Amino acid sequence: MTAFVARRLVGVLPVILGVSIVIFLLVQLAPGDAATALLGPQATEAAKAELRHALGLDQALPLQYFAWLSRTLTGDFGKSIATQLPVATLVLPRFVNTLILAFSSLLLAIVIGYSVGLFAALRARSMFDRASMATALLAGSAPPFWLGLILVLLFAIQLRWLPVSGMRDMAGDGGPFDVLRHLVLPTVTTALGPAAIIARIVRSTVIEALGRPHVRVARSKGLTRATLIRRHVILNALPPVITITGLQLGYLLGGALLTEVVFAWPGLGSLLYDSITARDLPVIQATTLLIALSFVLANIVVDLINAGLDPRLREA
Amino acid sequence: MSSLPASGSAVRSKLASAAPAPIEKSQAGARFWRLKSFARDRGALVSGLFLLAMVLAVVFAPLIAHYGPDEADNFARYKPIGTLDHILGTDQQGRDMLARLLFGGRVSLLVGVVPTLVAGAIGLGLGLTAGFIRGLVDQIIMRCLDVVFAFPMVLLAIAIAGSMRPGVLTEILAITIVLIPYFARLARTATEGVTPMPFIEAARAAGGAPMTIMLRYVLPNVFSPVVVYATTLMGLMIVVGSGLSFLGLGVQPPTADWGAMVAGGPRRAAPGSACHDPARLRHSRRVARVQLSRRRRPRRA
Repeated sequence: MTAFVARRLVGVLPVILGVSIVIFLLVQLAPGDAATALLGPQATEAAKAELRHALGLDQALPLQYFAWLSRTLTGDFGKSIATQLPVATLVLPRFVNTLILAFSSLLLAIVIGYSVGLFAALRARSMFDRASMATALLAGSAPPFWLGLILVLLFAIQLRWLPVSGMRDMAGDGGPFDVLRHLVLPTVTTALGPAAIIARIVRSTVIEALGRPHVRVARSKGLTRATLIRRHVILNALPPVITITGLQLGYLLGGALLTEVVFAWPGLGSLLYDSITARDLPVIQATTLLIALSFVLANIVVDLINAGLDPRLREA
Repeated sequence: MSSLPASGSAVRSKLASAAPAPIEKSQAGARFWRLKSFARDRGALVSGLFLLAMVLAVVFAPLIAHYGPDEADNFARYKPIGTLDHILGTDQQGRDMLARLLFGGRVSLLVGVVPTLVAGAIGLGLGLTAGFIRGLVDQIIMRCLDVVFAFPMVLLAIAIAGSMRPGVLTEILAITIVLIPYFARLARTATEGVTPMPFIEAARAAGGAPMTIMLRYVLPNVFSPVVVYATTLMGLMIVVGSGLSFLGLGVQPPTADWGAMVAGGPRRAAPGSACHDPARLRHSRRVARVQLSRRRRPRRA
């Protein structure tokens, strides 16, 4: 197992290096010149050249990349162009908020997806199966930003049960309960799509596992239905399900972005949106890097869980 | 393949001259039966017809809508659904909703279709090359694509689109880049499955050039999973594209687009106003519905 973990971690290093190169190059794509953006259109050529020299922008691209990389590795993401604050102080609290939203959505998606998928599989072709799969198709197809708006319309504006947006009430105490109330609608909005996908995958893998010969053998041995399903069906169906769940976490980290914008949730997504609007490139870089790194990390964790569950995967 | 002559050059000329066989009667019959079984599946039929109607409505938008999508009438703002002359009402600038919906559909469908096709072609080429040639080329191509896989799809599209000037082209380019690795990986896996098959070995033994084998024998077998995958992705890309427009990274005003129209809706529904905005609901439902019918088709076909 240790060898597997080591191999997986070493294998991911080139990917992370590649990710950093892509993110560095993304900024080069941006139209306009950083010196002009910082100094304004009326700056003299001499002043611009001086600033470019000071920022190291007159050097060759590979040199600029290594300078940027070594700064980033020490945790120095530079200064935000729009707010003049260090990017790290801007990004890290937002990252925590995004993690709160992503993990609560993942939890909800897992609870809904696993239970609905399992019930649908055990009663395949029943009314419940048909109804839940049709609902899953609908929920999986609805754009999250639209779903969010509809939920706000219903639960926040018409019924007035929950707050419209934000993370804390201006007037409230801002305690955990307040945050929880604000968390409900964004969580449901982001969780429904992944829950639908997870439910469909769980259903099909469980149905597939139910038909395998070893399940028939176990049944003929006289195992009770509950033990049969717990020990022989679910355990075998888990690896593909966990892989899909991990992919959903990636979607939640990146895709929660639209939900964050709709609900003004102060996470990385809404920060990315604001910095794109303001063309604040250092913040865009840091945000993208952080999300991509957590995505890579999430994938490794998924691999490790799968390897722990299924000894065959450790050998490969 | 067993009846092939031994001489390599003869085979090559035969490989080159093998024209597509005319469709025989039995094949035409099979196609008819496939169509019939498609028609018997009510879900597939309804989805297919709905999609067809939508495409036709969007293509022939000028014939259906009485107004242009950008024609604003300040005396006719916020007309409700069912108003004479404006069946679907008007928006905050008095523009006809039906016209905007239909013309906006052109952009939305374009953003779903064009990047998927372009990325499908590029990804197919890359995956085919990587899976067929193997070795260093395979390693280089797949490791580069691994980097793109390290980003969540929507995030990368937003980051690319956000770094460039917003517009339809940016939107299409961003989605295309994001999609390429998905197609490439699928094509490579399919190629890997086809290459060890006996008929490829036979073609190789008969002296077929690698390029010929790749294009004539491997490609047709890799093609169909890629096409099926493309049809499932088109629907998803309409949603991703409308998401980009929703963020203001895609189509710029005043051009209509479903995502941008959903974004425009809430401006009217101020918090607490408790107003039900039919305009917004309509486009959103349409985005979801097109996505739905796209997704249904490949499962059955």
